[in-house]
Amino acid sequence: MKLNEVPQHDSSSYGGHKKLLYVTTDDGRYTPSQSSGWDTEAYATQLAVQTLQQQAEQAYLQWQQGLVSPLPFLMYQARLDEAGLSQVSGFWCWRIRRHFNPARYRRLPEAILQRYSDALAVPLAQLLAYQSVGNQQE
Amino acid sequence: MTFSHQQSAHCESGVMSSLLTNAGFAISEPMVFGLSSALAFAYLPIIKLNGMPLIAYRMPPKHIINTLNKRLGLAIQTQRFSNAAAGQQALDQALAKQQAVGLQTSVFWLPYFPAEMRFHFNAHNLLVYGKQQDNYLISDPVFEDVVQCDAAALTKARFAKGALAPKGLMYTLGNTPAEPNWPRLIRQSIKATSRILDGLPLPWIGVRGILHLANKIARLDPAAVKYNRLYLTHIVRMQEEIGTGGAGFRFMYASFLQEAADKLNEPLLQQAANEMTQIGDGWRGFASQLVQYCKAKQANTDFAPLAASLRVLAQHERELMQQLAAWSRSGF
Repeated sequence: MKLNEVPQHDSSSYGGHKKLLYVTTDDGRYTPSQSSGWDTEAYATQLAVQTLQQQAEQAYLQWQQGLVSPLPFLMYQARLDEAGLSQVSGFWCWRIRRHFNPARYRRLPEAILQRYSDALAVPLAQLLAYQSVGNQQE
Repeated sequence: MTFSHQQSAHCESGVMSSLLTNAGFAISEPMVFGLSSALAFAYLPIIKLNGMPLIAYRMPPKHIINTLNKRLGLAIQTQRFSNAAAGQQALDQALAKQQAVGLQTSVFWLPYFPAEMRFHFNAHNLLVYGKQQDNYLISDPVFEDVVQCDAAALTKARFAKGALAPKGLMYTLGNTPAEPNWPRLIRQSIKATSRILDGLPLPWIGVRGILHLANKIARLDPAAVKYNRLYLTHIVRMQEEIGTGGAGFRFMYASFLQEAADKLNEPLLQQAANEMTQIGDGWRGFASQLVQYCKAKQANTDFAPLAASLRVLAQHERELMQQLAAWSRSGF
């Protein structure tokens, strides 16, 4: 890639930062150069982020309808899937899936919620509050 | 301690380049990357990232540090900790001795990362060069400038759990190398890269891995439109999004070849650098092709052109690696 071809497309996923690319000057010499984003890359990133957002929205609706606990929603918000949450929290997948059940979630002791709090970066108080007010509709 | 920060494309090569340069042994990021033979290609369907196979354009985490340590004789001292308090104490002690300290951390817990970039990836590398009250002064190689991070957040990032858990890993430089034997080192590292990319009897690694990916693309189910779009853009993300210096580290390696050509005054390496630049441009073109394919309103069901472009790239890389392998075998 040539120095004058370095894309500067201000990708939102860069959060205002710039990335370093290695590009060539006119005489073929390599030099580092900053790029604020590339549309091709941004499209790929956005598609992945959108997919996660859709999953989070769906999980949110199901939680509000009392079908699942708040954990699936919080999991997708933290950009994790079941396998990822299992690794980060140390719970086996089958246990996590059990905790997705709203009735079981309400009975979870503080110690277990603390581990979810650490894994998902959600305050423990919030997880505790969800136990009582989360799913009013049975 | 006076510390000069330099922005890098990739965290691990950036940390090593910065660490050595600040210790008085000036070395560029591409040189670190090339000398540690970090260029690769791997298609690993066993490791899933949100349901997608891992596609890597470089060797796995810690390869650069370990290989460079061996080849340059850096006597790097590494420490891991079973408890977070001990980890922080050791960091403070090293800083008190005016040492720059490399850390492996998770990205998710670092507050100075913009929210858009924060995800659960545990093999990020950064340098700590000082402490002011409760804030650590950090030179994070992928950022334009130095940053700060409070002790609680940094400790959390160092002791994050999950795949590739850092377990508080910290490392400091033992030796600053004397003038190394460049011809021998460069030959050795290029030979290793040519073996990794074209010489392993494994269908998922190197050029054979690229061909494997081409076959996977050719055999995508045209009916699964949504999955196909995610799959194809996933390739683009693995190639460009995660700090690679462009085109899945190919441009960085070309820069290394150019620097090596200058050092050894070797026209063949200069020629190889130009070839590698063309290959990098090919990968960028391939990424554009994939995204254009996904953007098309009418779902196109012919994957053959995509696979064909990838096979051309694989062939080009194979030819270049054969040239480099032959050069590295030829005498001194």
